[in-house]
Amino acid sequence: MQTDREHSLLSVESLQRVFVTREGFTTTRLEAVAGASFAIRNDQPEIYTLAGESGSGKTTLARLVLGLEHATSGNMYYKGRDVLHLTNKERRDWFLKEVQPIFQDPFATFSPLKRIDSYLYETTRNYKMATTREGIDAHVDEALHAVGLSLAEIRGRYPNELSGGQAQRVSVARALLTRPSLLVADEPVSMLDASLRMSIVNLFRSLRDDYKVSVLYITHDLTTAYYAADRIAIMLRGWVVESGPVEKVLGEPLHPYTQNLKNAIPEADPEKTWEGDASLAVMDTEEYTRTGCRYAGRCPAVMDICKTTVPRDIEVQGRSVKCFLYDEEVPEAERMQAMANGGLVA
Amino acid sequence: MSPEAAASAGMEQARVNEEARNVVEAEGLKAWYITQAYGVERTVKAVDDLTLSIREGEIYGIAGESGCGKSTLLKALLGEIVSPLTIVGGKVEYEFDAGKIDALKQTAEDREAIRWRRVSYIPQGSMHVLNPVRRIRDTFHDFIAAHQETTREKSIEMARSYLQELGLREGVLGNYPHQLSGGMRQRVTIALATILTPRLIFADEPTTALDVVVQRGVIELLKEVQQRENSTLVLVTHDMGVHANLTNRVAVLYAGNLVEEADTSTIFRRPRHPYTRYLIESLPRMGDRSERVGIPGRPPALDNPPDGCRFHPRCPLATDICRQEVPPLLPVEGIGNGTGPPHRVACFHQVDAPLEAGEIEHATEMPHAD
Ligand SMILES: Nc1ncnc2c1ncn2[C@@H]1O[C@H](COP(=O)(O)OP(=O)(O)OP(=O)(O)O)[C@@H](O)[C@H]1O
Ligand SMILES: Nc1ncnc2c1ncn2[C@@H]1O[C@H](COP(=O)(O)OP(=O)(O)OP(=O)(O)O)[C@@H](O)[C@H]1O
Ligand code: SF4
Ligand code: SF4
Ligand SMILES: [Mg+2]
Ligand SMILES: [Mg+2]
Repeated sequence: MQTDREHSLLSVESLQRVFVTREGFTTTRLEAVAGASFAIRNDQPEIYTLAGESGSGKTTLARLVLGLEHATSGNMYYKGRDVLHLTNKERRDWFLKEVQPIFQDPFATFSPLKRIDSYLYETTRNYKMATTREGIDAHVDEALHAVGLSLAEIRGRYPNELSGGQAQRVSVARALLTRPSLLVADEPVSMLDASLRMSIVNLFRSLRDDYKVSVLYITHDLTTAYYAADRIAIMLRGWVVESGPVEKVLGEPLHPYTQNLKNAIPEADPEKTWEGDASLAVMDTEEYTRTGCRYAGRCPAVMDICKTTVPRDIEVQGRSVKCFLYDEEVPEAERMQAMANGGLVA
Repeated sequence: MSPEAAASAGMEQARVNEEARNVVEAEGLKAWYITQAYGVERTVKAVDDLTLSIREGEIYGIAGESGCGKSTLLKALLGEIVSPLTIVGGKVEYEFDAGKIDALKQTAEDREAIRWRRVSYIPQGSMHVLNPVRRIRDTFHDFIAAHQETTREKSIEMARSYLQELGLREGVLGNYPHQLSGGMRQRVTIALATILTPRLIFADEPTTALDVVVQRGVIELLKEVQQRENSTLVLVTHDMGVHANLTNRVAVLYAGNLVEEADTSTIFRRPRHPYTRYLIESLPRMGDRSERVGIPGRPPALDNPPDGCRFHPRCPLATDICRQEVPPLLPVEGIGNGTGPPHRVACFHQVDAPLEAGEIEHATEMPHAD
């Protein structure tokens, strides 16, 4: 880990966030992010995807990265610096400029009564990115150019005068004003139709290639993740269960849960209908508090050991997988049998 | 999947009876939003001169980009006309065993009388409608008791056997909504909306913004519900993957007009309208990371739509006639055996060729999508 930390833009190490809720006399302890680790590389910009079912801890992890949520335990480093223990000044003058958020609903980000360019001016002034009138205009215009718009086009306009795709582009432009090295985008396309989705993920590709900005792209849309991302981490109830290059993880998924996710994608082809059954959770919390593997209640390949012991992360076939099916400490015959029982591809 | 399984899955989607009668007929339907602001009247022609019929027992999909009028069409078909929405022309009729019903002339009481037992409606985000302080079984009882003679015992038994039939765990009846996952809540809501065996079910974006696993569960459940009583399902979504998996026929809307309508496999394999071809071509696919551009431009504002074909500013095939005249929606000649509904297209320069990957190349030269 020590070396990874030096070579990573963002290094998330065994991060944990526990929520404790009290209802009457019962206290529930929910580990929404449970020892999650992943790293975004520093040598070249990349689009890193966090994907997983609803309630798998993606938003909580994104909020931890942005410093909006306190970690219960674990470490996090940005450009080699410990970011869980920053002073307020370091946070404001450095970290918040480096890492900028983009939210789900572009129209919820902007008040309908406020001109949309005023947000861009405010951010520029707040972060002291420019001081003179002309300097501020030029700075805002530059950020808008990066997203395929211009100040002339949006000056004086209100949010309802923009299309959903334009509004989301403006919110990306606003995030770019501080010249960040990382954008954290939580479900930025889930409210948009397919053609707007493509315009936003194409924008992320161009920011990566032409402006050298990395993106932490959080989504449950695996098709756009496959299209745009370089690497991906699949989350299951607070765990990262499979991570690596997107061609490996989504191209040939190994974890039974990743296979379930991939099989559920509705392909835009009436001749390709689904195989097998989808396995859905009945209750989120049941899986969060399970002993052993959190997927054991739904896994078609479940073995005895899965019900009692937490699986380790195994490096196999160019990615990391948290599953006993790939752990050589479990007898091979038993693993083969389990895979066959579950109808999984090895 | 084995070839036999694939064949039977294909069969399943095409099993609508050729001679099935129409349950919904809309003719020349115009549903506009008419608003007054500072004495200036603004008219948004969200559904403009639309004619369609939906057959008994089919799953009829309504597709198109955001803002094309899908939800407005659904409201008009339901007869839910609330100001500023105004029916400017046309009619909508249902035909059930008991005869024809004029959907647009119903009073609120008329609608209530057939709601849930004949016509059911699953609005978007409906998983939030469950009463948070009542157990699921009590919600089922309240709902059933509001519409027919029942006892607590009878209605809970009815709920239990219905959930079982749909393959949902009956244990959920003892839970409160917050104890269930979002996906389970959504499916319980669909079960609730369909337990009184409606003949006609309208659903608006029932899977949008759900994760893929939950979405698949919801789609499979809708299929179950529809097949169980051979009821008719009208499904609005902008997600073409959902249309491919669930529907028998698809209507493609563009800027308030019906631009193409055909059986699902034709819509995906041999669409003739340039807009439909874009809609399908621009979708990213698993296993393919080559660059794809969205459809250039955005749908027009509907208070001042372009003259002629409303798609012409974005259409790579547009010519002078497209800018001046409105292309009529006509059946494609020489296709089909005359028994099923025809393939209808509204375009002066239809493309008669199967869709191949990467086919619409002009797109790369057009301005960025927005
Ligand atoms: N403030 C909180 N207090 C208690 N529980 C919480 C809190 N925030 C999140 N949770 C729980 O943590 C789990 C993970 O939630 P999170 O929002 O991170 O998931 P997600 O993957 O972003 O889901 P979605 O795809 O629905 O956005 C859920 O079970 C959620 O109910
Ligand atoms: N209450 C209203 N007043 C005025 N215009 C409206 C109103 N509701 C909708 N519209 C307009 O009518 C048009 C069609 O809207 P509609 O909601 O039917 O589209 P849609 O296809 O369902 O879009 P989406 O995919 O975003 O749900 C849009 O231009 C919209 O702005
Ligand atoms: S095989 Fe065991 S460890 Fe692997 S996902 Fe299934 S239950 Fe978990
Ligand atoms: S009528 Fe003309 S503008 Fe309209 S879709 Fe056809 S070719 Fe394009
Ligand atoms: Mg979230
Ligand atoms: Mg809608």
